[in-house]
Amino acid sequence: MAITIASLKKGQRGIIKEFSVDVVPLKLLEMGCLPGNEVSLVQIAPFNDPLYLNINGSHLAIRKETACKIEIELI
Amino acid sequence: MAKHINVALIGNPNTGKTSVFNRLTGLNQKVGNYPGITVEKKQGSCKFGRACKVHVLDLPGTYSLNASSLDENVVIELLLNKNDKDFPDVAVVVADVENLKRNLLLFTQIKDLGIPTILAINMSDRMKRKAITLDVPLLEEKLQTKIALISSRKNLGFDHLKELIEGYNKLSTKPCLNASRISPEYFNRLRKAFPNQDLYKLWLVITQDVNFGKLDRNELKGVVSFKTESVSNLKRLQQKETIIRYQFINETLKETLHIDTANAKDLRSRLDRVLTHKVWGYVIFFGILLLIFQAIFDWSEYPMDFIDRSFASMSEWAKTTLPAGDFSNLIAEGIIPGLGGIVIFIPQIAFLFLFISILEETGYMSRVVFLMDKLMRRFGLSGKSVVPLVAGTACAIPAIMATRNIENWKERLITILVTPFTTCSARLPVYLIIIALVIPDTRVLGIFSLQGLTLMFMYILGFGAAIFSAYILDKILKIRSRSFFVVEMPNYKLPLPKNVIITVIEKTKAFVFGAGKIILAISIILWVLASYGPGNFNNAEEIIKTEYASQNLTEEEIDMHVDSYKLEHSYIGHIGHAIEPAVRPLGYDWKIGIALVSSFAAREVFVGTLATIYSVGSDDEQTIKSRMAAEVNPVLGGPLFNFASGVSLLLFYAFAMQCMSTLAIVKRETNSWKWPMWQLVVMTVIAYVVSLAAYQFLK
Repeated sequence: MAITIASLKKGQRGIIKEFSVDVVPLKLLEMGCLPGNEVSLVQIAPFNDPLYLNINGSHLAIRKETACKIEIELI
Repeated sequence: MAKHINVALIGNPNTGKTSVFNRLTGLNQKVGNYPGITVEKKQGSCKFGRACKVHVLDLPGTYSLNASSLDENVVIELLLNKNDKDFPDVAVVVADVENLKRNLLLFTQIKDLGIPTILAINMSDRMKRKAITLDVPLLEEKLQTKIALISSRKNLGFDHLKELIEGYNKLSTKPCLNASRISPEYFNRLRKAFPNQDLYKLWLVITQDVNFGKLDRNELKGVVSFKTESVSNLKRLQQKETIIRYQFINETLKETLHIDTANAKDLRSRLDRVLTHKVWGYVIFFGILLLIFQAIFDWSEYPMDFIDRSFASMSEWAKTTLPAGDFSNLIAEGIIPGLGGIVIFIPQIAFLFLFISILEETGYMSRVVFLMDKLMRRFGLSGKSVVPLVAGTACAIPAIMATRNIENWKERLITILVTPFTTCSARLPVYLIIIALVIPDTRVLGIFSLQGLTLMFMYILGFGAAIFSAYILDKILKIRSRSFFVVEMPNYKLPLPKNVIITVIEKTKAFVFGAGKIILAISIILWVLASYGPGNFNNAEEIIKTEYASQNLTEEEIDMHVDSYKLEHSYIGHIGHAIEPAVRPLGYDWKIGIALVSSFAAREVFVGTLATIYSVGSDDEQTIKSRMAAEVNPVLGGPLFNFASGVSLLLFYAFAMQCMSTLAIVKRETNSWKWPMWQLVVMTVIAYVVSLAAYQFLK
């Protein structure tokens, strides 16, 4: 199984891999979620969703269903 | 001649754009709506020296020029329309120094439109603490702009910003990015078709799904139909644009911005750990809600009592000093009590807006969204529905507008449909007066007032009704829409008192004047209907005198009988008696029936209506509350407002859809009459059935 943002553990970091443009909404791209950028998991909400991330220096929260479509490489 | 400059403030949400606006314009601002749509338009003006007048427009916050909501459409429509009277001579892009990378995306887009653009980097006072260093001259050179390092919190750098605005015509209008890089082949074709046009503007007109009705049709004839690419291909190109822009930004900032991340362990992570904790997070959230309700009920009691007494004596004063006659009666018995019915709620509404604006300003609201998303999703809502539901405690209208940032249409529609169940400030007047009449003024555990707890219960009931109906709607509605959710988690900030105060004043003013107009009109109509009548109304005195001739009454007693006879036979009495059969099973008399019907225009009219009806014909100085307490049930005897009828009324107001403005806004936001009509019918039926059951059970 591919490693995605959804598989990050709290405090772990990764680099976003190339993704197919259809799965990631433009809005998320605009907020810095781009291939090559660093992402780390800051906090998980109670009941395990959504995920509070630091992407490219921006803090934002997305749901697991989106996060599991964005592949990363752990660092 | 004085120079006149149009300035547009643009920026991402959470960059302190509005604080910058407040700093520039002070209280010299005006909040209205853009014509035809319900997006808030904030504008203000200020003077730079004697010779330069500046008009500032605070545009809605947006992350880019790719509009995905009504609010964002406003930004792009204005920036693409040179003929608009608000078209900026200079754009000031407000950025947060800690989020510069992301904020610059919007900056480069605006710069590429060829508008002179200043970059105002806000919160620069935090740079030292956050170990951020910025090479301003180099960054100015790379971005071909002028930069003002400002801090709206500490009031730093505004002189420099004003200087830059004044000298806007010296700014370079060269673009940051060659738009053709997005797709050389596609842009070549565009250039051939429209040789004299700016390519980036064309690109925006083609890709943006907004209304360009105001644009010069001749100038851009055929552009909108220039969709030689499929929609998904255009989308791909938009993503490519974003990637190219970020490449440019990353390169630019690599040389100019340095952040020492070792220093970045800070307040944010420590506060986040507590505020989004799986136990403490919820405990704190509910604690805050409890505090808000305690404030609304307990703390505002003093100013409210004062206002109530002032209006009662004002009415008395008008009656004794003005020359007797219909007009004085209208003022003393119609207008003054009617107005008192609205002014009295200013303290509570102000408290409510105070808390809501503090929660927004501190950045706490985003944490609540984060905390509640999974829970809310079970009911077909989104974490972002929490904001409308909480804002709905002030007023459903701004709350329904606040649903615009919910990306998923089904979640958004459900939120719109259930928001009117939350206890808005217009229900407060009704709740407060009824709770004060039927719930004993005792304390539970020595601290919480029972009345306050009852009020809190009404709020919980409202939320509960909203959540429950959302659950039902989620099951019934068959709408498939792609789900997607993203929320920014801003830095924690201490709220700026100036921002909070301006918000509270603006919102309270809007509420009072908006509702005040309706209430005043209805009070006058009601007074007329209650003071005149057909047939027997005009012979009231004779009829009473003959009827009670044998009983030897004092003059005062006769007067009392005449007054109540008159009221019953006035126009309003006739109308009231006609509706009475429908409201009697709920425990109401015809007077409450009238108040109920008139409050279908707006709930807060209820108290004003009763105040007007009860004060017609009465001479002594009395507050609304004591008049209501003195009412006697015509059938059963005993006070009319007893526990059973009080609870029934509370429940009716909790569930009924009694607000024309809300119906209008739902129509606008959902673009059809179907949804508001649904709301009206379903909510009214629920209200009637529940109140009926409650009264029959309790009486």
